[in-house]
Amino acid sequence: MNLNLEKISDISVLTINEERIDAHNSGELKEYLLQMIERGEKHIVVQLAHVRFIDSSGLGALLSGNKNIIAKSGKFALSNIQQQVMSMFELTRLNRVFEIYTDLNDAVKTET
Amino acid sequence: MCPSVIQVDVIIPTQTKYLDLIGSIGERIAKELDNFTGDREALAYQLNLVLTEATVNAIKHGNDNHPQDTVRISIHLFEQELNIKVYDHGQGFDLATIPAPDFDHPKESGMGIFLIRSLMDSVTYTRQQDCNVLEIIKYLK
Repeated sequence: MNLNLEKISDISVLTINEERIDAHNSGELKEYLLQMIERGEKHIVVQLAHVRFIDSSGLGALLSGNKNIIAKSGKFALSNIQQQVMSMFELTRLNRVFEIYTDLNDAVKTET
Repeated sequence: MCPSVIQVDVIIPTQTKYLDLIGSIGERIAKELDNFTGDREALAYQLNLVLTEATVNAIKHGNDNHPQDTVRISIHLFEQELNIKVYDHGQGFDLATIPAPDFDHPKESGMGIFLIRSLMDSVTYTRQQDCNVLEIIKYLK
């Protein structure tokens, strides 16, 4: 899975450079997020601008990241979600669980 | 029933790397629906998702991860209906016992069947002679 990690202020911004998150690559995403959290990252924003498809396992990987960082009193947010992908968050009501920002600047501005 | 306008039959090894291929077929079929008046982009996504989830289900639950096993996906497009059948060779499961998700305490897995049911009009899972078949129907308006 093609991922890019950068630090903006104290926030770790993880950009997913894939069009598709499904059961083939979601395990890798979940594992990557868990390793970030184990390393002590306290504040993660996952940037989804390139993602045009996500399945239930992809939602599960993000949910795992969200749960694990909150358990360590950290913060987790998503940004730049495409319209059809957003409809999956709405259908599963996960839009009520995640902190979601329209774009990365908003996420960084609000979260810092 | 009238003969199908399009019939696509695909047999894949039980490996998740083929999910993209199967999902893409669903997306392309949505674009061939001349008489569909709804949101075509949304339907394309939904068919991609439903085929992906149904195939994952067959890979994970159906075949006990036996590497030589296969999943067969059969898609029939009729004038008024899209019919998807996914065949597996595993132990099978009872669709009626799959609980609705707990939205207040969401879990990391188990949303697949819920998504299929939410987006399609009919979902059944039945035992046939030597396999199980998950049949999914979407009425086209």
